[in-house]
Amino acid sequence: MSRNGNILSVKDLRTYFETEDGTVKAVDGITFDLERGETLGIVGESGSGKSVTNLSIIRLIPEPPGKIVSGEILFDGEDIRSIPIEDLRRIRGKRIAMIFQDPMTSLNPFMRISKQLMEITELHLGYTKEQAYEHAIKMLDIVGIPDARSRVDSYPHEFSGGMRQRVMIAMALSCEPELLIADEPTTALDVTIQAQILELIKKLKQETGTSVILITHDLGVVAGMTDRIIVMYAGKIFEQARTRELFSAPGNPYTKGLLRSVPDPTSEQGALYQIPGLPPDVAHLPPGCPFSPRCERAEEICRQEFPPFVQINAEHHSLCHFAEEVYAKSLAEREARERQKLTIQQ
Amino acid sequence: MNDERTDKIREPAETEPALTPLGTPPEPPIRSRTGDIIHTSPELAVGEGDVRTAERGVQEPLKGTSLWKDAWRRLLKNKLAVFGMIVVIFIALTSIIGPFIIQKATGYSYNYQPPETDLKKPFPPFSAPDGTFSWTHPMGTDNLGRDILARVLTGGQISLMVGLISTIVSLLIGVSYGATAGYLGGRVDNVMMRIVDILYALPYMMIVIVLLAFFGGKSPMGQLVLLFVALGAVSWLTMARIVRGQVISLKNQEFVLAARATGVSTSKIIFRHLVPNTLGPVIVYATLTIPQVMLQEAFLSFLGLGVQAPLASWGSLASEGIQNIAIFPWQLIFPGVTMALTLFSLNFLGDGLRDALDPQMRKV
Repeated sequence: MSRNGNILSVKDLRTYFETEDGTVKAVDGITFDLERGETLGIVGESGSGKSVTNLSIIRLIPEPPGKIVSGEILFDGEDIRSIPIEDLRRIRGKRIAMIFQDPMTSLNPFMRISKQLMEITELHLGYTKEQAYEHAIKMLDIVGIPDARSRVDSYPHEFSGGMRQRVMIAMALSCEPELLIADEPTTALDVTIQAQILELIKKLKQETGTSVILITHDLGVVAGMTDRIIVMYAGKIFEQARTRELFSAPGNPYTKGLLRSVPDPTSEQGALYQIPGLPPDVAHLPPGCPFSPRCERAEEICRQEFPPFVQINAEHHSLCHFAEEVYAKSLAEREARERQKLTIQQ
Repeated sequence: MNDERTDKIREPAETEPALTPLGTPPEPPIRSRTGDIIHTSPELAVGEGDVRTAERGVQEPLKGTSLWKDAWRRLLKNKLAVFGMIVVIFIALTSIIGPFIIQKATGYSYNYQPPETDLKKPFPPFSAPDGTFSWTHPMGTDNLGRDILARVLTGGQISLMVGLISTIVSLLIGVSYGATAGYLGGRVDNVMMRIVDILYALPYMMIVIVLLAFFGGKSPMGQLVLLFVALGAVSWLTMARIVRGQVISLKNQEFVLAARATGVSTSKIIFRHLVPNTLGPVIVYATLTIPQVMLQEAFLSFLGLGVQAPLASWGSLASEGIQNIAIFPWQLIFPGVTMALTLFSLNFLGDGLRDALDPQMRKV
């Protein structure tokens, strides 16, 4: 196992769902790499394929109707798709762990917290009951549950939402996984708790060196957490860049739209911008760019031809006919902003 | 309770005049912390607990009430269910201990026939052979001079045992079958549930009768075992359907996905994560199955297919009693009343359990 290099490498992943309405291409040709110790953010609207991508990674797609049609998912050099299910079970939870969106429903209401935490270490690390129990207390302590020893035997309903999410994190990190997938870990929590949970994930990530995939539709969440960001739309990667670069100089009209719809408390801009229209029906996509009906920059070519995945620079890709033009415009805007900031300071 | 809450919400509004005459904004009303807590709706009960723990300090953690404790408390509030529970426990205990005491006290057991020929005839309750008052036979005797109280109690043992064991059999088969079908879904579920449908369609009483007629009759004990098997094998169908429905609604919850994502095997997900979550309805249905099975056993015994002499069950006792109903009515009345009382009580208890375990149902 090399310390450096890619822990996860997804190539041309396609996950389709067969429905009465036709084939839903929930994930359609996704390619990305995740380095060891890196944090990757996946951003997109509801139904853009973020969650399906990550369920595909540990093969938890409900089959049928779902199916991973093609592609390669290399986890530490091994193709997840060809691992027999028994061996995969040993990877799930031990080397790849997941945190889910809704902490209210992701704990079994009939099992004590201790039992749920013990299950994973007994299963994967072969702990005895006593060892697992002590480990459960230790993990609760690490995730910041006060007085862990007396609370470990509680039932989930005795915990608040934030505490339950902490328990989920404790469970996910119990076996010190190499990859942590957090699927909208803060969506169901209120804002102050969100910040605490994100801070906790960040801290634990730094301590353990786990690689993290953070799925969210909240750009504010990924901004402070991630090294790189993937923007998804209609099952495709629309833009991929380092976090800084993506925020300061987006090379895709969709990303620009997303960034404009983040409320900015410092400016009084009146009504908040919103991207017109609705996310497309992925079962019936138009032949051209799936974003073209909502795009400000769209021209005839966008409606006719599927856009190319343009490489803007070494680590910046964008799926757009006019990627370079949009990027150049963004750069110009950034300079203008910086100049404005300087003048204000002077 | 509703009135109380609206009163409390209205209260602060009265202290909030819209504007004072001079147009200066009024002072915001001061609400006490406890007041705020009272206003929170029951859905926020978790937060309330947090506040309470915070106020009490860490050294005294809030002892949460478990679901079972809550259910137990609600059950105790239901008078009819408590009555049912007490009666069931009383009848079960006397059925177990009673025959020994009677044997010690009077020398009569369920199959003891007095040797003198003139004693081998029915006596009314509380009467000695010479017609005077006596405690020896509080329920009288039957045609062979056997003590009916001893027979009713021993019959109670068998009736309750049939009810209990058949229910346990149906529980074991029904829960695992239904949970497996529900969780696996798809084609497996389809095949498994069609089998259940087919078995449902068969007239199951006929099957039991045929089973008993074919294989039964060799020895009283063998007949009894066959009865357990036959009744149990037939009564799991509804249980399987109930559990399957529950599991289907549960399996798409995130905690199942979370369990799968941590690498828990399918059988463990079914039996450790899903089955305990279905326990509420299962317990309720099981308590309602017991009287149902007991009634079926009584029916079979009444037809002469169930428990065979000299063993007795409430059904077979009633069957014997009905032959002499005009002359010796106590031979029917006592086993009949005991059985009716038990069945009533079990049904009350079952209803009470349903209300206690499913509080949402009760609010409606």
